[in-house]
Amino acid sequence: MKNHVLRPLFVIIGIVVLILLARLVYVPKDFGIGTRGYMYGWHRAANEEEWKAFKVKYLGREYCKDCHSDKYASIMKTPHRIIECENCHGPANDATSDHPSEQRLKLTIDKTREQCLRCHFPLPYPTSGRSKIRSIDPEKHNPDSECTSCHNPHNSMEGLK
Amino acid sequence: MITRRNFLKKTVLGLAGAALPLAALEIVDHKKLLASVAAEKGAVRWVFLVDTYKCVGCGLCVKACKLENEVPYDASVTRTWVERYVVIRDGNVYADTPKGARDGFTTTKIDLNSAGFKDVKNKDIEQAFFVPKLCNQCDNPPCVQVCPVGATYQTADGVVLVDRAWCIGCGYCIMGCPYGVRFFHPVYHVAEKCNFCYHRITKGLKTACVSACPFGSRLLGNIRDPHDPVTKIIMTQRVAVLKEEYGTKPQVFYIGLSKEVK
Repeated sequence: MKNHVLRPLFVIIGIVVLILLARLVYVPKDFGIGTRGYMYGWHRAANEEEWKAFKVKYLGREYCKDCHSDKYASIMKTPHRIIECENCHGPANDATSDHPSEQRLKLTIDKTREQCLRCHFPLPYPTSGRSKIRSIDPEKHNPDSECTSCHNPHNSMEGLK
Repeated sequence: MITRRNFLKKTVLGLAGAALPLAALEIVDHKKLLASVAAEKGAVRWVFLVDTYKCVGCGLCVKACKLENEVPYDASVTRTWVERYVVIRDGNVYADTPKGARDGFTTTKIDLNSAGFKDVKNKDIEQAFFVPKLCNQCDNPPCVQVCPVGATYQTADGVVLVDRAWCIGCGYCIMGCPYGVRFFHPVYHVAEKCNFCYHRITKGLKTACVSACPFGSRLLGNIRDPHDPVTKIIMTQRVAVLKEEYGTKPQVFYIGLSKEVK
């Protein structure tokens, strides 16, 4: 074959070899099809471990109950026992709180009216559990005070403070 | 005397007998069969069950999810959200999810975006309910199919993950998801989605939204475990999935789903 045909062919082969070499360096060794095949499993296997190592922030009421046994015992007697501590007090293992190694409680406590109104705002929707929760009209029911200044959320059945 | 007919007959019989493998005569043991299926497919396949009757729209799940998974709290993106549906007597349906219901629903006014707010009187309401939404971890995930670089994939236990180091941010998966659960992470600038709190469920914990839900409206289960309470409910009760007609085989099951829910 003539030279002017072969020369571009060698150039193309060279480019392909370069791309394959670059790919060999750039693509991680653990890149493969995984368990779900080519269509759904084509990935870098180490990423699964990276996600598993993500920091857990919500630790659950079991984490709180030993040090705060009084609050735990109190709330477990009320309908509020279904609410996790961290829903109002914030995640125990948050980067900003580092509870309990700090001497002072650094967890945020959400005492706003809006926090209580998540459930206790009246929405009598007939096909939802919301209609079964006791509620108040926030515009008429002491609109200027925090709920916790009269009600104890840990002991909601025992009447006002 | 060997006739030609007999010879041919016996040859065919002999060949057929020799071709029959010994394995074909073995009696099938159903326990062994199940174990081999489990070994091939894995013993865990995470699924989710939402009971819309129990949901009261408090939004504590959304708050917990955002804080647990480091989704910027005030950005208008979220891995999970709660929708409110209000069906009134004239047949109109209104739906909203202000801030993804991060702060719950503390008004009767329904947020219709550019159309303003619609205040529905309680006496006009025929049906009203809340529907939590999250990633369906589909068995045929379209978001994974469209990824050009292999940055999003499905694990052996059925969860679709995004590799933040590998994602190029092209956005095909965000377009490809029929449920709209994917978005751009405002900090990492890559595709982001609910992953059933993969860091929690692989340690034996519940997802952040499941443990934050006071009413048991959200449940996580393993569909490959026949004794799992969630599996039992899915197998024995009337459950539905979202957009079944898309063929994505979604794995988030709903109790009390209604035709208004899209």
